[in-house]
Amino acid sequence: MNLVRNHVLISIDAGTIMAGARAVEKALIDEIAAQGLTAEISVLETGSIGATGQGVILVVYPEGVYYGNVTPQDIPELVEEHLLKGRPLKRLILSEIPVQHVIKKEKTGLLKEQPRIVLKNSGIINPENIDEYIAENGYEAIAKAITSMTPDEVIEETKKSGLVGRGGAAFTTGMKWDFARKAAGDIKYIVCNADEGEPGTFKDRLILEGDPHKLIEGMLIAGYAVGASKGFVYIRGEYALSIERLEKAIAQARQYGLLGDNILESTFSFDITVMKGAGAYVCGEETALIESLEGKRGHPRNKPPYPVTEGLWAKPTVVNNVETLANVPEIILHGASWFRGYGTEKCPGTKVFTIIGNVSTPGLIEVEMGTTLRDIIYEYAGGIKNGKKFKGALVGGAAGAFLGPDMLDVKMDFVNLKEYSAVLGSGAILVMDEDVDMLDMLKSVLHFFRHESCGHCVPCRLGTAQLVKIIDRISASKGKKDDIDKLLKIAQVMQATSFCPLGQSLYLPISSSLKYFGGEIHSRVR
Amino acid sequence: MVTENQCSCEQAQEEELYGKLQEVIKEHKGKPKELIMALHKAQNLFGYLPRKVQEMVAEGLNVSLSEVYGVITFYNFFSTAPQGRNNVKVCLGTACYVRGGQALLKKAEKELGIKADETTEDRRYSLGIVRCIGACGLAPAMLINDDVYGRVKTTKMMEIIKKYE
Repeated sequence: MNLVRNHVLISIDAGTIMAGARAVEKALIDEIAAQGLTAEISVLETGSIGATGQGVILVVYPEGVYYGNVTPQDIPELVEEHLLKGRPLKRLILSEIPVQHVIKKEKTGLLKEQPRIVLKNSGIINPENIDEYIAENGYEAIAKAITSMTPDEVIEETKKSGLVGRGGAAFTTGMKWDFARKAAGDIKYIVCNADEGEPGTFKDRLILEGDPHKLIEGMLIAGYAVGASKGFVYIRGEYALSIERLEKAIAQARQYGLLGDNILESTFSFDITVMKGAGAYVCGEETALIESLEGKRGHPRNKPPYPVTEGLWAKPTVVNNVETLANVPEIILHGASWFRGYGTEKCPGTKVFTIIGNVSTPGLIEVEMGTTLRDIIYEYAGGIKNGKKFKGALVGGAAGAFLGPDMLDVKMDFVNLKEYSAVLGSGAILVMDEDVDMLDMLKSVLHFFRHESCGHCVPCRLGTAQLVKIIDRISASKGKKDDIDKLLKIAQVMQATSFCPLGQSLYLPISSSLKYFGGEIHSRVR
Repeated sequence: MVTENQCSCEQAQEEELYGKLQEVIKEHKGKPKELIMALHKAQNLFGYLPRKVQEMVAEGLNVSLSEVYGVITFYNFFSTAPQGRNNVKVCLGTACYVRGGQALLKKAEKELGIKADETTEDRRYSLGIVRCIGACGLAPAMLINDDVYGRVKTTKMMEIIKKYE
């Protein structure tokens, strides 16, 4: 038997691929072969380590040495020094060392301690190897559920945990499952919404790339609780690597008998199919997503009936976000009260945020619900880039709300933000420094909505076109006196009368930008 | 002789593509719910979805041609016009917008001499806009075929694009 002396993990995500990770990986494998070390050293791909802007990142185990900004030219030296002679190559070692590991609070590449539930394994295990997931207590939760809990107990535990949907709507997950369980019908479906299209959000992509088995296990538990035997993952067509990893993971789970008939020798059977989306923002809305799954144009449906009673092919269907489902295995494994130890009373658990824009270290973080915006920006993301001043943030994606400087100490969770007429949405935080033109920002948001309006209902189709016309006029210094009132009025009508959340949600970015930056925007109109 | 050969070669290529399309259709035959998956595969073969392909898919999956056309025009991913050999897409999601995505698009339009959603005459490039590719940490981002480029500068942009023949 071969004894592997060193494991070299190479972080493969969009950022590192762009920095040339594939070329480094190839150079590494070739060099190891050239030195005759292939049998002793294994090269493994892993997901994102959570740090961006450090180029290609490698981790060498068992020492746990992190290298950053590695190029193919560095490889011969690195292999010779570290892997052959056992001397870590100092000049490439990352100064901010992302230390693992599980659910305890520890440091990561983004400077501060993060309690990791959803991202527990991301960047630590090889996502293409089911054994590594199993070694981190993977698939223990589904085993526990099947062997020692009834479906009702699983639902009860999920309810007690206070887990709410992480896609934006924040509906109580356990209640959703309960409705679907109690709905009439033999055939039921679990659908995972991985059509991550909210601008500024890429958390689901990194969960899928870094730990696809966690999603599979979450779906299995949901299927067991609801009484479904079929699951679908609706995933963005652009997410090529996520699709590849997830399909690989599903195939491995089938091989291990963790998907398919009579799972773990029980009467429970479940399987998952991956469906590729085709690029339409509105398909993030659950009924539009269901239409698209059925092969049609992604137009939203009338509600009620809700998907929990009449969803995919008119059968009871649970639609859950990737991050929501990724929380489930840990809740079942450790219990609801453990989960409630994180976050706030009304909003337990953690939230994965993507923090982007004018900050020093943009990236992905997982923090407790209720962490303040100030902490997220200054402690986790290294503050505003180039020492500039904080002007505002757009929280929750394009359908989110602008927040001004006096909102820095607001606690970021679903319940608390509601009190300030803001939303947490998908967890995207776009930070803007003093140089950002707020009218221009609002313009970009409105253009986005005009492009993505699906054309199904009149208020949204015509409203978005009119809003763009008006904001373009203001932006070209040809605005009329009552233009800003018009923006607000049109958005109000859209909020009251649009068919789905797409048209309804535009009021929020418009009203909030006027609330915090009204002076600046008004000054652009004569 | 040479031209004849080329001609029959092109024809053979097209025939081969349609042969492959038949296989795709067979796989999804009579299953309207798999329309989007079938269209993905068809576009992978042809690079776009010409009318003849639409008709064959409609027939095979047992949906009307208008429904097929409706689905194609609804989703960003599908195109009814021939695309360039290389697909350049500038991200204009909010994060990229703040960090200068708009300037990148203008630069590309000027240098390539086409507007967004157009293709150069020599079919080397198609230019498009994409709304967030989840690379916000690397804004402004640009996508060429399947390659993601981050922190793109207007001064360096054409250097990257020119690498694609």
